[in-house]
Amino acid sequence: MKVVLQNLTKRFPNSNRKIHQDVIAVNDFSFEIPDGKLIGLLGPSGCGKSTTLNLISGLEKPTSGRIFFGEDDVTELPPENRGVGLVFQNYALYPHLTVLQNIMFPLGNLKGAQKLSKEAMREKAFEAAKLVQIEGLMDRKPSEMSGGQQQRVAIARALVKMPRILLLDEPLSNLDARLRLQTREEIKRIQRETGITTVFVTHDQEEAMSISDMIVVMKEGVIQQIGAPQEVYDEPKNLFVAKFLGTPPINVFSGELRENRLWIGGEAILETRPLPDQKVKIAIRPEGFIPNENGALTLDLVGVEVMGRDTTVVSRHPDCENVEIRSIISSEDRLSVAPPKVCFDIKPYKTFVFDPESEERIAFVKEDMNG
Amino acid sequence: MDKKNLKAWLYLLPAILFLGAFMVYPLIDVLIYSAEEGYNSASQTYFGVGLYNYSYVLHDPYFLQAVKNTFILVIITVPVSTGLALLISLGLNSIKKLRNLFQTIYFLPYVTNTLAVGLVFMILFKKNAYTDGLVNLTLQIFGAGPIDFIDGPYAAKMFVLCFYTVWVVLPFKILILTSALASVNQDYYNAARVDATPKWRIFTRITLPMISPMLFYLIITGFIGAFKAYSDAVALFGTDLNAAGMNTIVGYVYDMLYGDSGGFPSYASAAALILFAIVLTITCINLMISKKHVHY
Repeated sequence: MKVVLQNLTKRFPNSNRKIHQDVIAVNDFSFEIPDGKLIGLLGPSGCGKSTTLNLISGLEKPTSGRIFFGEDDVTELPPENRGVGLVFQNYALYPHLTVLQNIMFPLGNLKGAQKLSKEAMREKAFEAAKLVQIEGLMDRKPSEMSGGQQQRVAIARALVKMPRILLLDEPLSNLDARLRLQTREEIKRIQRETGITTVFVTHDQEEAMSISDMIVVMKEGVIQQIGAPQEVYDEPKNLFVAKFLGTPPINVFSGELRENRLWIGGEAILETRPLPDQKVKIAIRPEGFIPNENGALTLDLVGVEVMGRDTTVVSRHPDCENVEIRSIISSEDRLSVAPPKVCFDIKPYKTFVFDPESEERIAFVKEDMNG
Repeated sequence: MDKKNLKAWLYLLPAILFLGAFMVYPLIDVLIYSAEEGYNSASQTYFGVGLYNYSYVLHDPYFLQAVKNTFILVIITVPVSTGLALLISLGLNSIKKLRNLFQTIYFLPYVTNTLAVGLVFMILFKKNAYTDGLVNLTLQIFGAGPIDFIDGPYAAKMFVLCFYTVWVVLPFKILILTSALASVNQDYYNAARVDATPKWRIFTRITLPMISPMLFYLIITGFIGAFKAYSDAVALFGTDLNAAGMNTIVGYVYDMLYGDSGGFPSYASAAALILFAIVLTITCINLMISKKHVHY
């Protein structure tokens, strides 16, 4: 089922009654979720991603704009008639019911011709449980299960009624790091097996990047960029997106464009295509540094962290916005460090230039450098 | 270790002394009184030890009337007040406007003096030479004859007593239940809504189980409170409850001690211990049922 959001806007009255201006949680939101894909809504907390999810589920009514499931306009439909499955951040499993009863709960609500016999309900519940691999725990109460198991029950409960769309609100935030890795693979697998269009909300960029077919980066209720994870990572449209994606975070310098060169401090680090001179922000991904004793950029060395697979060089620069610059060097590269300075050459396609005012990206790469 | 134990006992000493002097000792004393036959409080002498006091109390028509009154009161007021409180709390929980105002209004009886409320009820229900009372005047509009609620037939008097008791205990129950309802996580309701759960099923399968611990707490304390009823009856029918036929078990105990026929601490103690046995039994049954039905 394809989902189309058209100019969706949601305003809340300000909780501070003295301020009469509404809070705009979602602002003129338009995009199309293709059928059968896994979409990650990504943004810092308070950016309106959960509100967007609630608008799709129907728990919130939009102030303006329309929502379509396939060709049906569902904007005015209450949540019970939309046929969505929703997994809550805290799972919202009924604590007094067993796993089986929890999973069967949505089936017990079916009316008329759809009504199922007890056996049919059990069978369907077991089918859903098998999909999330908890069929051995059907008689337990939620309180007797781990967070990861509860999460699976919540997904099974959302899937059992064969929803048109599956919505997951911060599905992994209550799990520990190891379970998080495991469960996100699980979500991907379940989504592939069922083919249900799935939207999930997260503030964790790694999570979104790793399993989404498409990510939507949001900030203050406005879409910043939509695209495949790698594409958004490689071609961020603005400084916010560049900063938000990637761990360790991108290193941002204030520099300038002069004589068709990029300058940081007194050093020209890269040549550019012909561009007018101006002050700019230069963002370099941690993996964009090539160690070179005679490199273009000189940094003050703080330390070296050896991680086995690769090495992180920690350094500082007066023009850098980050407290510390982190550059990741493959451990195969010979690194000769001569404290207190360290020099690097910069990879042009790992470097982005932004206008300091609008923070929009300025394409600077010379054609012949595109490797 | 020993030193530590000593310190602990030292800290506990004031509470132990206090409880011992004002709770444990009187309890044992009551037990002793109840077994002393023919105790004379003036000379502090008794004839023998046995179960005669219990036998006397259990054959006393006034006591049997008091037991009957108490049981009727318990059986009617506990379910009615709990059910009403649940209905009102659900209503309060579902409105947004004026919710605080209504909550305050429903809570007012709790901070009102029992005897003052009793006086108001008397004025509402009592028939005298000048007026039939507001309730009877209202009944007359519907063509029902004047009923003497205070000095009239037993059913009418019992009705007023039950009505009054329900009215007095309602606010506390509403207070507990509204906070229990408000503490149910909204996500459960959202999850149920997304799954298209009918309203009645949400109530029976989600709301009720979620507030069941509080509900059982109210039922148990309600039973205990109703079994110990006394001041309510006095407020409505005056101190001579035996004459009015509206005595309760606690009232009977009081009368045996200080009433017109007072001066019988042995009978009073026996009656008090019978009440204790009844309350203990009912509470145990309640707890057994609640273990089966209360979740968590």
